[in-house]
This record gives sequence, C-alpha cells and structure tokens, in this order.
Amino acid sequence: MEDRPVSDKLSTSVQWEPIIVAFFCNWCTYTAADLAGVARMGYDPNVRVIRVMCSGRVDPQFVLDAFAHGADGVLIGGCHPGDCHYVEGNYKTLRRYHLLRRLLRDLGIEEQRLRLEWIAASEGEKVSKTINEMVEQVRALGPLRLSRRFKEWDAELASLEAEAQSEEVVAHV
Amino acid sequence: MSEQRNGHVRIGVYICHCGANIADTVDVKAVAEYAATLPGVVISREYKYMCSDPGQELIQKDIEEHAINRVVVAACSPTLHENTFRGAAERAGLNPFFVQMVNIREHDSWVHSDREAATVKAKDLVRAAVMRVYFHKPLEKRRVPIHPEVLVVGGGIAGIHAALTVANSGKRVYLVEREPTIGGHMAQYDKTFPTLDCAACILTPKMSAVRAHPNITLWTYSEVVSVDGSVGDYKVVVKRKPRYVHEDLCVGCLQCIETCVYKDSKFDDEFNLGLSKRKPIYIPFAQATPKVVVIDPDACIQLKTGKCKKSCMEACVERGAIDFAQKETYEEIHVGSIIIATGFQTFDPRRMPQYGYGKYPNVYNTLEVERLVNASGPTSGQVITRDGRVPKSVGIVLCVGSRDENTNRWCSRVCCMTSLKLAHLIKEHTGAEVYIFYIDMRAAGKGYEEFYQRVLNEGVHFIRGRVAEITDWALDPSEAGKLVARVEDTNTGFVRRIPLDMVVLAVGLEPQPDAHEVQRMFGISCSLDGFFLEKHPKLAPAPTYTDGIFIAGLCHGPKDIPDTVMQAGYAAAEAIALADTGFFELEPNTAYVVEEECSGCKTCVPLCPYQAVTFNEEKQKAFINEVLCKGCGTCVAACPSGSIKQNLFEDEEIYSEIEGVLAYA
Ligand SMILES: Cc1cc2nc3c(=O)[nH]c(=O)nc-3n(C[C@H](O)[C@H](O)[C@H](O)COP(=O)(O)OP(=O)(O)OC[C@H]3O[C@@H](n4cnc5c(N)ncnc54)[C@H](O)[C@@H]3O)c2cc1C
Ligand code: SF4
Ligand code: SF4
Ligand code: FES
Repeated sequence: MEDRPVSDKLSTSVQWEPIIVAFFCNWCTYTAADLAGVARMGYDPNVRVIRVMCSGRVDPQFVLDAFAHGADGVLIGGCHPGDCHYVEGNYKTLRRYHLLRRLLRDLGIEEQRLRLEWIAASEGEKVSKTINEMVEQVRALGPLRLSRRFKEWDAELASLEAEAQSEEVVAHV
Repeated sequence: MSEQRNGHVRIGVYICHCGANIADTVDVKAVAEYAATLPGVVISREYKYMCSDPGQELIQKDIEEHAINRVVVAACSPTLHENTFRGAAERAGLNPFFVQMVNIREHDSWVHSDREAATVKAKDLVRAAVMRVYFHKPLEKRRVPIHPEVLVVGGGIAGIHAALTVANSGKRVYLVEREPTIGGHMAQYDKTFPTLDCAACILTPKMSAVRAHPNITLWTYSEVVSVDGSVGDYKVVVKRKPRYVHEDLCVGCLQCIETCVYKDSKFDDEFNLGLSKRKPIYIPFAQATPKVVVIDPDACIQLKTGKCKKSCMEACVERGAIDFAQKETYEEIHVGSIIIATGFQTFDPRRMPQYGYGKYPNVYNTLEVERLVNASGPTSGQVITRDGRVPKSVGIVLCVGSRDENTNRWCSRVCCMTSLKLAHLIKEHTGAEVYIFYIDMRAAGKGYEEFYQRVLNEGVHFIRGRVAEITDWALDPSEAGKLVARVEDTNTGFVRRIPLDMVVLAVGLEPQPDAHEVQRMFGISCSLDGFFLEKHPKLAPAPTYTDGIFIAGLCHGPKDIPDTVMQAGYAAAEAIALADTGFFELEPNTAYVVEEECSGCKTCVPLCPYQAVTFNEEKQKAFINEVLCKGCGTCVAACPSGSIKQNLFEDEEIYSEIEGVLAYA
C-alpha cells in the first residue's frame, strides 16, 4: 500500500482520518443516499459507497477484503426487514452479518468497525446520521491498519517457523 | 495484465461540472488531470454538462476517433443518467455496458462542503470506476413481453379515472375495490371546491361508465391477496369476499331491505360515518356501483345464528339473488402492469383530546359535515347538531392533524379549501355565524384564491391562531350551554373565547392504515410520512421504483381531485405505453453458474426467492434460469466455491472497486 501523496490527503491537517467503505443496496439505501444529496443533508466525507443491487450480494469476503485493503470501517446498508426489493435478500445479509461480527472479533477487529443498517429510500436523514455516527466511532477506535498487522503476523509466523526448524535441527544432531 | 483479460482496454474518463453543482465543491480539473494518470486511461476530460447533447457527442466522438472502449462518467447518480450515457456509447457503436458512472454529485458535492476532501473523494471514486471497467463485458439487455392487461387497485376517483382511461385505449382492466361500491371519498361529498359543482353529478356518470365498460372487469368487495412476478407478467390473486348476494342476479330493487326482519335500522351506517343507521342487508348509497345489496355477516341473524325467517330471501324468491351459503372465492389474473390508487384515511381527532372530539357530541370532523350538508345524507341536507339544534354559530378549526410536530408534519393541502367550502355551505344552509381558525390560509390552485375571496366577502370570520382547546366550561352566561374555542388571535395578540354551537375539525389526510402491508405486497416503498413513494418527486411522480407499478391519487400524498385525476391519467398513460410497446428491457444483471467450478453443494438452491436456482441431479451442478433470476446476487454471495457470477456485478468488478477506493488508505 503506497501512501497517499501529501497533496491528496483527506484533509489539510496531517491528522489521520478514518476511511469507511459502504455497500448500499440499489433500491433503498443507495436511493436514500441520493436523497440525502438532493436535500443537501451533509455528512462526513470519509465514506466511499459501492453500489450493489441488494444487500444480499455483499459477500463476507468483500468486507474482509475492504478491511485488508485498509478500510477502517465497513457499512452495509439495505432495505428494512420485509421491504427488500428481492423479498428477503436482507435476511440473508443479517445472518451473514452476525457470523461476520464473530469472525472479526476472533481476528481482533473491533465489532463497531462493521455496521449493518436498514435505511429505506425515504430516509436520507438516516444516511447522514449513520455515516456521521460511524465515522466518529471509528475515529475513536483509531486506525485499523490491517495490512500492517498482516505483515506483523506473517513475520511472527515466519520467525516461529524458523524457530521450530532450528529446534528440529538441534534435535537431529 | 488487464489487456490479456479483456483485449486492449482504452478508457475515456469524463468529469461533469453539472454547472456549478459539482464544480463549486469538487475541483473537477484536478480530478480530470488525476484520472489521466491512471493506467488504461487514454482520454480524460471535464465538461460543463456531460448529459447535454454536446457532452454526449464528446463521448461519441472519442469512441469513434480514439477507439475508446471503456467509458467512465463522473457526474450525478446513475439512477438519473446511466441510461443517457449508455445510449451515447451505443450510438457510437460501443456496447452500452462498457459504461460506468461515478456519483460525485448526490454522494459528494451535494453533501460535503470541504472542497479538498470532496475532491479527494471524487478521485477515489473515479479511480475505483477506472479499475472496475477493466472487467466489464459486453452484455445484452433482456426483453420481456408485456401482458396488455392492467390491474387497478382502489376504486376512488383516482382508480376510476385510471381504469376508464386504460379501458378506452382498448386494453382489459381489472378494477379491484375492497368496499361494496366504488366511488371512494368523493362519493360522500355534496359539493366540490372551488366550483361547488355537485360531486354526485360529476362522479356517478363515471362510476356507471366503469360498470358498463366492456373492457373493465369490476370486482368490488374484493382485495388483492398476493402478487408475484414482475413487469410484464404480474400474477395477482384477488379474494372476492362473499356479499351473500349474487351480483349477476341482483337488480337493485332493494325490496329485500324493506322486508328484512329488522323493522328499524339499527346498525351504524359506514357510508354516513355512523350519523345514520342501516339494516343488516343494505346498499351503501343510492348510486352505489354496482347497485347490488350486501349482507353484513356481523349483523345478520341468519349468518350469526342460522335462525332467521329469511324474509329477505322470500322477497327475492323470483330472482333468487340471496345466497347465505356463498363463500369467498379467489381469482387469479395475469397483468402487465398495476396502478395502485388506494387513497387515504382522515386523521382521528381523538388523538388531540384538547379538541373534545368524541367527548362533546357537537364536535364534528369535516367528513361528517360533508354528509350533513349533503341532500342525500343522513339529515337530508339539514345542518342540525347531534342534540337536534340548528347551530347559530359554527367554528371550523384548521390543521387538525396537519403541520403539527406531535401528529403529522405535512400539510394536508385540501383542508383549507374544504373548510372554505363547508363554511359557505353551512352559512347557506343555516345562516349561522361561521368562524375559521387558521394558521395560514392556503388557496393555491386554479380558481382557489377567487373562491377564498368569495367566502371572505360572504362574511365568514377568519381568526388567525391555533385553537388551544375546545371546552364546555362556561365562564359567563353567554357561554352557557355552548362550546367555547379558546384561541390566541395572533393578528391582535389577544386570547379570545368564542362561544359556538358546533365545532368542525378540519382533519388532515393520512395514509391508509394498511398502507405498509399494501406497500410490501406490491414491492414498492413508502415515504417517511407513510404515503407511497414515487420514482422521482418531479419527473416521475406516478411510476415507482418497481417497474410496471404506478401510483395515483391520495395514496401518494395529499392532493385535491384535479391533481388526483391528472396523476391517474398519467399513470394510465404509462401503463398504456408499456402495453403498446409490448416489451420491457431489463437490466442484464442476472446470475449464472460456471459449471466447471460448481462443487454441487446445493447451498444456493434454497436461497433464491424466485426459485430461479435448481439442481441438476444428473450433472450434480446448480443451474440458474435466467428468465426467473431478478439479479439480487444473494446466491452469488453465498456460493462457497465462487462458481456463481453476476453480470454487471462480477466479483472482480466489486473487488477492483474496493481496491480502487482504498488505494491510498
Ligand atoms: C372532507 C374532505 C373534503 C374534500 N373535498 C374536496 C373537494 O371539494 N374538492 C377536491 O378537489 N378535493 C376534495 N377533497 C380531496 C379528495 O377527497 C381527494 O383528492 C380524492 O378523494 C382522492 O381520491 P383517491 O381515489 O385517491 O382516494 P379515495 O377517495 O380515498 O379512494 C380510494 C379507494 O380505494 C379503496 N381501497 C383502499 N385500500 C384498498 C385496497 N387495499 N384494496 C382495494 N381497494 C382499496 C378505498 O375503499 C377507496 O374506494 C376532500 C377531502 C376531504 C377529506
Ligand atoms: S452454491 Fe455454488 S457450488 Fe454450491 S451448488 Fe450452488 S453453485 Fe454449485
Ligand atoms: S441472483 Fe438472486 S434472483 Fe438471481 S438466481 Fe441468484 S438468488 Fe435468485
Ligand atoms: S434490495 Fe435492498 S436489501 Fe435487498
């Protein structure tokens, strides 16, 4: 991961700013975000929205991939229960979300870094509120730097392996 | 790497200023310069209005002259202009699905004020799109045929007008109304503002036309119970409730009602809002359509106990229309599109106890007074209070359940005008002094302001202020035996007490109590206020986000009859156009199984809400029926071996977007 050119920082101050990847379903939350725009309901610029047709399309792997590539938080937005454009895609999302949270916990990633929200097409205000809240929470948690942690883990594994090998060598002598 | 995958990728990036909408907040020039440095980008431009003809021509020319084969347009929301730019690509001979839009207006310039941060965000989003389009493939839109039949749900003036318009174009219409008659609220009014023409005179001919129209199948006392399918072919099941009378045999002679063993009418008459009584066998009102009686199972002795003389049946022995054994039936129909026109309910003023509705008998709501002033109403048009007096002073309280943080925030739009109408009619009928308590008088509409002036000149008193309470607590003899409206007259600054014989609450308009169930059944959305949500507040106020489903009338939000009729005509025109085109182009975002990779685990099979995924036992592979797949991507996300792909939302496409937005994280 290269560093962002200085001229390209999220804000003029050198202070770290969290970055949140959001997966919004086309029918409810993406539309709500459009509405937030039309109604000029401002929110923090730290979020990057990726459009999917239904929250059910969000593969847990997407979430992990986002964290691995440097996201400090991931937000999934879908229709309210019962309102999914595809009947029940959001129920599947909810199930996956619970599993994912557990998995993240096991990886040492704070649960607040992943959030699932039901936001209906008319709830522009909720988009801005949710994003602001999440940015604030993640800012308080600090940077995740998962890619850096991966490197540390790799190094740790390598040294453990090396240790094991040298012990083996000793044993053979 | 990408060139091996997808040939020689040549990306054109186009950053739109949208006048000042984007350019004021995002440094479009910087974004375009940045995009030019990204791998694969051959051309990067910014332009004032990309969606304009010259803007589109810019793209077309680049495709033709510079062999651009991927197009990234950073502008407004794809929900607005994706088709515009796909069209431009197509005209230049490029498959439209090589276009990707980046939303830097709704999701960026309109919600951020820090120019620097907004510009960085725009760069991130553009980079993601540039990385994404590497993986785009040429795709074909899918065409589905459209059943020419149209379903209209709700038989108020909106549903009636829509049904007639569609039927007149030669298409079959099913009109489903849950009450025993069509007509909706308008049938209850005496006169309509601002012209004061008689509601029945303009409505009943349309009701009869519905009944007589060879292209309309009218199902009253019926409800839609399930909706499956999608644009072009909705399978709808309609429940027809038993009215215990055969519609085809009843001629509406009403002799059965006369001979009913109940000599007196004892049951609340719904049409008159309980201001009069009816028998267990009844007809809602004289011009009910169809003119067929109905038996109330909760009131009828035969239906309750099985032990009645059944004198009604005797009266009808010749025609034999009455049938106590009638059961509910179900009709299944296939329609290409649906117009929802389910109307509204009025605000229940019991929620504002300070106005004493339900406590003081002489406090009414506007709908009840519509019935009182109606010549065919419960009092034959005489305005008399529940205690039998002709009122000498009447107060009309506006905005009850409207424009109020504690109840409903919206303006119900018709109550000012309704109150003016009723003030005029009450004065005409009784000569009473009429007071209108208002916050603002809203008389916007053709001929409305003129009507307001007319009522002003008729000597109606207008007091500006929200009524604090209605009480029967007399402070001096002039108030004895009367209701008193306590109100701060904000024009004079005095708190006034106005003694009244009758109080009329101008109740607001609300979504139907079952609006959420209806919304779910038809797969549409509601606005925050609970009315149905249109596709676009200005440019598409009858279509919904669900293709082939339109909304009309009050179910979409408060409006008067002229606006209702206009929207109903518009919805009908959309349905007719759809049927006449004969087909609808669907997004090609369907899922498919890559057989070689499928491990045969069957995880995907039960996930699909449309049963599009089946399992081929012989091959031990999953199979997706493209016709049934609606492209949600749920199965794609679930397949443990990654063998299900989704067009337009391929894994590679999404991963590259993730990577793209995070390249500097
Ligand atoms: C007191 C009052 C006075 C008014 N006076 C005027 C006036 O003078 N001039 C004017 O321009 N406007 C007036 N209006 C406004 C006017 O009533 C509306 O604009 C108009 O009635 C809207 O028509 P609609 O068909 O959309 O709804 P509705 O009249 O409510 O009709 C909806 C129909 O759908 C049926 N329905 C509901 N749910 C279902 C379902 N799930 N399945 C099947 N059927 C269903 C209902 O039974 C009903 O028949 C007045 C409003 C009020 C409250
Ligand atoms: S989930 Fe994937 S691997 Fe399993 S049956 Fe379905 S397509 Fe095949
Ligand atoms: S993408 Fe959705 S609709 Fe299509 S087959 Fe998979 S689960 Fe069914
Ligand atoms: S379409 Fe929004 S969650 Fe399924």
